Amino acid sequence: MSRSPESRPVPGGETAPVIELAGVNKWFGDLHVLRDVSLRVHPGERVVVCGPSGSGKSTMIRCVNRLEKHQSGRIVVDGVELTDRTEDIRAVRRGVGMVFQQFNLFPHLTVLQNLTLAPMRALGLSRSDAEARARQYLERVRIPEQAEKFPRQLSGGQQQRVAIARSLCMEPKIMLFDEPTSALDPEMIAEVLDTMIELADNGMTMVCVTHEMGFARRVADQVVFMDAGRIVEHAPPAKFFSAPEHERTRLFLGQILSH
Amino acid sequence: MHRIRAGFVIALCAFLGGCASSEKWGWYVISPTTRQGRVNIEFLLSGVGWTIALTVCCVALSIVLGFVLFLPRIPGNRWLDALNRAVVELLRSIPPLVSILWVYYGLPVLTGIDLGPFVSGMVALSLYGAAFMAEIYRGGVQSIERGQFEAADSLALSTFDKMRYVIFPQALRRSLPAMGNQFVIILKMSSLVSVIGLTEVVRRANELAVTEYRPLEIYTFLVLEYLVLVLLLSAGVRWVERRLGADEGGAASPVGRAE
Ligand SMILES: Nc1ncnc2c1ncn2[C@@H]1O[C@H](COP(=O)(O)OP(=O)(O)OP(=O)(O)O)[C@@H](O)[C@H]1O
Ligand SMILES: [Mg+2]
Repeated sequence: MSRSPESRPVPGGETAPVIELAGVNKWFGDLHVLRDVSLRVHPGERVVVCGPSGSGKSTMIRCVNRLEKHQSGRIVVDGVELTDRTEDIRAVRRGVGMVFQQFNLFPHLTVLQNLTLAPMRALGLSRSDAEARARQYLERVRIPEQAEKFPRQLSGGQQQRVAIARSLCMEPKIMLFDEPTSALDPEMIAEVLDTMIELADNGMTMVCVTHEMGFARRVADQVVFMDAGRIVEHAPPAKFFSAPEHERTRLFLGQILSH
Repeated sequence: MHRIRAGFVIALCAFLGGCASSEKWGWYVISPTTRQGRVNIEFLLSGVGWTIALTVCCVALSIVLGFVLFLPRIPGNRWLDALNRAVVELLRSIPPLVSILWVYYGLPVLTGIDLGPFVSGMVALSLYGAAFMAEIYRGGVQSIERGQFEAADSLALSTFDKMRYVIFPQALRRSLPAMGNQFVIILKMSSLVSVIGLTEVVRRANELAVTEYRPLEIYTFLVLEYLVLVLLLSAGVRWVERRLGADEGGAASPVGRAE
C-alpha cells in the first residue's frame, strides 16, 4: 500500500491534496445523493461545507472515512484510494478523525476511557501513554477535571469537546466535523466553536459541515455550497459571502444569515 | 417485583395455614414434626440438587452456545444471516419435551451413544435456550444506536474491538432483563427432564405422590420449591445487573480489563 508523505511536492510547485474527490457519485437505492462531486483539500486547509438539509453534505464527508461507500468516481485520502479492495481501511481511518452531530460518545465508558480506547486498541499505545495523551487533549479542550465522569454527567458542549478530544487522541492528519454544534443549546455553541477555531489556528486540516457562518468567515479557506447532491458554489469565504455566483447560493445565504 | 413475590409467598402460606385444619389437607405427609414427614421432606428435597445442577449447566451452556449462534449475524452477510435464521428457527420450533425425548431415546439408536438423562436433558434444553439467547443478543446489539458503530469505525477500531469494547458491553446491559426471564424459563423447563427419569424435584414429587396418595400437599410443596428457586435465581440476576451497572455508568470497565 502506498501512503504518500504529508505534503508531497508535485510538478508545478503545488502540494498534493490530502483529500481528493473526483467525479464522485453515490446512490441510496434510487436516490442519487452525490452527483459528480469533486473537491480537493490540501494539507492545512479548512473547508466549510454548507447547504440545505438533504443536499448530501453528511454523505460527502462520510465517504471520506468510508462510513459510506461511493459507487463511482475516485476518493483518495492521504495517498490511498478508497475502494472495495482497500485492504486497510483502518489505516486510513487512523489518520482521519470524525466529530458527529450527536457526539456518539461511548456511554458505558468514562471520559478517560472514551479517550484511551482507540489509542490503546488501534494505535497500540500503552495505557500510561494513552492516558497521558488523553489528559493532554482534555486540557486542550479545557475540561481536564471531567476525566473520571461518564458522558451523561456532562453538558452537551462538554460532551462535544470530549468527542473532539477523543478524535484528537488519535493524532489524525484530518478532522471531519458533521454539524458539531447543531445539537447544542445556543449558550454551548461558542465553547465548541472556540475549540474548533483553536484547532484550525494550529494548522489542522479540517472539513466542517456547519451553518455557523461566523466560523466559516473566521477560519475557512474554502467554502462549499451543496444543493441536491451537487457542489454548486466553491469559493474562498470573502468571495463566497460577498459575491456568490449562483442564485441558489444567494437564496441560501439570505435564509441562514437572516436569523 | 421482589416485594410482590415476597407478599405472594406470605399470602400463600396464610392460605395454606388456613386450609391445614380442613380434612381435605393432610399435611402429615410432610410434617417436620413426625419421623415419616421428615423422611418425606428429605426425599422431596433430594431432587433440588439435580434441578439446580441442570439449570446452572443449561444457563451457562445457553449463554455460550447462544453467543456462538449469534456470531454469524455480526458481519451482516445475507447468506450467514439466512443460515443463522434457519438454525434458530429450527431449534425454537422443536418443543423442548420432544427434543429431550429425541436426544434420550433417539440419539442412542442413531449413534450408539447413550448420554443418560442428565446430559440428554442438558443438551436438549441448552440448544433450545441457546436459540432464544441468540435472539436476545441480536436484539441487544440491534438496539445500539448506529452512531456507536460509526464512532468506533471512525476511530479505526477493528470489528473485534468495536464489538468487544463498545457494542457488547452496552448490548449486554440492555439484554440482562430478557436474559433473566430466559433463565427462569430454563429453570422451569428442567422439570421436563423428569420424564426420562432424572430424579429432580418433579420426579421426586411424582414418586412420593404415588406411594403416599397425597398429591395436593406434595405438589403444593413442589410449587413452593420452584418459587424459592425462581426467587433465588432472580435475585442472582439482579445482583449481576447491579454489578454490571445496568443503569449505565456503573463499576464495569471493559477498558480496565483490557490486558
Ligand atoms: N442510510 C441512508 N439510506 C437512505 N437514504 C439516506 C441515507 N442517509 C442519507 N440518506 C438520504 O440521502 C440524502 C442526503 O443525506 P445527507 O444526510 O447527506 O444530507 P445532509 O446534507 O447532511 O442533510 P442534513 O443537513 O439534514 O444533515 C437525503 O435525502 C437523505 O434522506
Ligand atoms: Mg447531515
